[in-house]
Amino acid sequence: MSGTRRRETPLVTVGGASKGGGLLALAVAAVLFPLVFSNPGITNYGVLTMIFVTAATGWNIFSGNTGYISLGQAVFYGSGAYAMGIAARDWHVEGTQVFALLPLSGAVGALIAVPFGLVALRVRRHTFIVITLAVFFIFQLMAYNFWFTGGSSGLGSPFLSWPPVSYNRSFYYIALAFAAGSVLIAWLVRRSRFGLQLRAIRDDEDRARGLGVKAMRVKLSAFVISGAITAMIGAVWFYYLNQVEPQTGFNPLFDLTLVLMAFLGGYGSVSGPVLGALLIEPLTLWLNTQPAISGSVSEIVLGAIFLVVVLFLPRGIVPTGGELITKLRTRGRPAVVPATDIGPAAGSAPPSPRPGSSVSSGGAR
Amino acid sequence: MAREIAQAIVDGILVGGVYALMAIGLTLIFGVLDIINIAQGVLVILGAYLSYSLFTKAHIDPFLGLLITIPAMFVLGVVIHWAFIRRLRGTERTSMTLLVTYAVALIIEGVLFKIYGADNVQLSPSYANSTVHVLGFYIGWIYIWGFVLAVALVGALYALLYRTRFGRSVRATMQDETAARLVGIDVNRVAALTFGIGVAVTAAGGMLFGATNAFNANSGYDLISRLLSIIILGGMGSVGGALGASLFMLTLESLVTVWQPTWAVAVYYAALVIVLLYRPTGLFGRKAVRAQ
Repeated sequence: MSGTRRRETPLVTVGGASKGGGLLALAVAAVLFPLVFSNPGITNYGVLTMIFVTAATGWNIFSGNTGYISLGQAVFYGSGAYAMGIAARDWHVEGTQVFALLPLSGAVGALIAVPFGLVALRVRRHTFIVITLAVFFIFQLMAYNFWFTGGSSGLGSPFLSWPPVSYNRSFYYIALAFAAGSVLIAWLVRRSRFGLQLRAIRDDEDRARGLGVKAMRVKLSAFVISGAITAMIGAVWFYYLNQVEPQTGFNPLFDLTLVLMAFLGGYGSVSGPVLGALLIEPLTLWLNTQPAISGSVSEIVLGAIFLVVVLFLPRGIVPTGGELITKLRTRGRPAVVPATDIGPAAGSAPPSPRPGSSVSSGGAR
Repeated sequence: MAREIAQAIVDGILVGGVYALMAIGLTLIFGVLDIINIAQGVLVILGAYLSYSLFTKAHIDPFLGLLITIPAMFVLGVVIHWAFIRRLRGTERTSMTLLVTYAVALIIEGVLFKIYGADNVQLSPSYANSTVHVLGFYIGWIYIWGFVLAVALVGALYALLYRTRFGRSVRATMQDETAARLVGIDVNRVAALTFGIGVAVTAAGGMLFGATNAFNANSGYDLISRLLSIIILGGMGSVGGALGASLFMLTLESLVTVWQPTWAVAVYYAALVIVLLYRPTGLFGRKAVRAQ
């Protein structure tokens, strides 16, 4: 389905011609996966992993590019789920027609992102992160207490009378389509002038402003795109599991998991969050099925992995691996100077020359 | 109605003292180390559980038990700093430390769940439910003693910060780390000790929280979101601001509870959003968010 498109997607840091072939193989494997493993227990892993690939990519479009770390993505995820649930309940939508509500969920996510962003994006760094957390808690509180959200028992979805095997397979393909679509959007954003502006903000927002980047508008646009993607995949997740509760829809662990995926894979690159999601989500699901370590222990394991990643692999697998490959290739050929600034977005920052700025700004800061 | 409002104000101020203690720990850590300790909420809960265990297993009075739990939490704070915070350097340090403390919070929460289960518990020494009738108000003794303890500890922290050599080096580090280093302050030591102190106050805060609220390992999220709102309102890094904002917010919450209990907790976030829209440095803050 999306094979030909994915083939074009660059793995940002891994060079070489084998890349296209590798991506094609990956796409084929992704498409064939539920046909080879038809056991619903296994395709369940596939569905949830694809959902997280989409959500992590959605996170990365905003946070990875701008450096504003959002811990409020669950706001969109839960809102998308609730929007679909409430609309289906109140308008009596049933069966496969429920999927027609997906754009509505996306629109709700985008609509929430505008005021959310207008408030939160006024501040930077810590304060931004804290505001996203605060907004997240407001939404959880609203989900618990509003009259139309079903309180702490949450909402159920309309019933889909598909047999288990094709149920999971269909949802897998839907989630895969969303994953491919969001990766495509992430790639397009990264290549565009828009993406360059975002990364300029990440490197130095004040200087980017000085160079004519309309920072607020650009950041907000990325936030809205990210919110819409996350809300839609939240709705898919809701319809797949048939229910949403305030604790699961607006889950603080969800945000942390997305950040972990992005950091593990490589924060800021297109392929990093995808790789992170492919590794972390099956691991989490598997941990939860182990009776000896279910529940709170999986939380401990997740926290421990997180610590290890942040402390020992802070730039993620993709950039570190890319450097390793470069090192291996250039070994024995000292004439070739390895590109050391291969890290996320490092080389591509401020677009135009700034004469004399290094001296003056160095003194001022 | 007037009586209820007056009672709400008294309650708010009494509880606000306890929150001030926890918030000052958080804001001190921010001021010196330039990091937000997301684990502060769950550390409060850990402090509460420590007091709870000492009380139920060893029958040590919670107030007396602080002599054990405060040093224990101080050591834990120094260890957390030594093991994780100290190692982070470079441009992404800010976000990284936030994520690291989040991960620490997650691990502590998981451990607490494993040990104590998900049931709500409450510290209930014999005097927890006795009240006193002063000037027409009914006030629980535990609130009064808690307030006294909080005032004493906040006073001790102030004395430490403004009357000692160590306090001077802490304040110097808060103002300008590089300059502090240049005049010979061992900034790493100051950072480690400050982190320890910031965590140590959660032992007292946790004991008082646990004696006045039912809690489980999950309660940390609610706490940390309140504390973060408080220190942002007060201006991050400002000790006096944290004190003022705690009293203000808890009183406000207490007043809103009289009228609308379900949504009372939303006043934190609403106040936060409104303040940041009109005064991004917080109510008492000196500087805006530092340049990136």
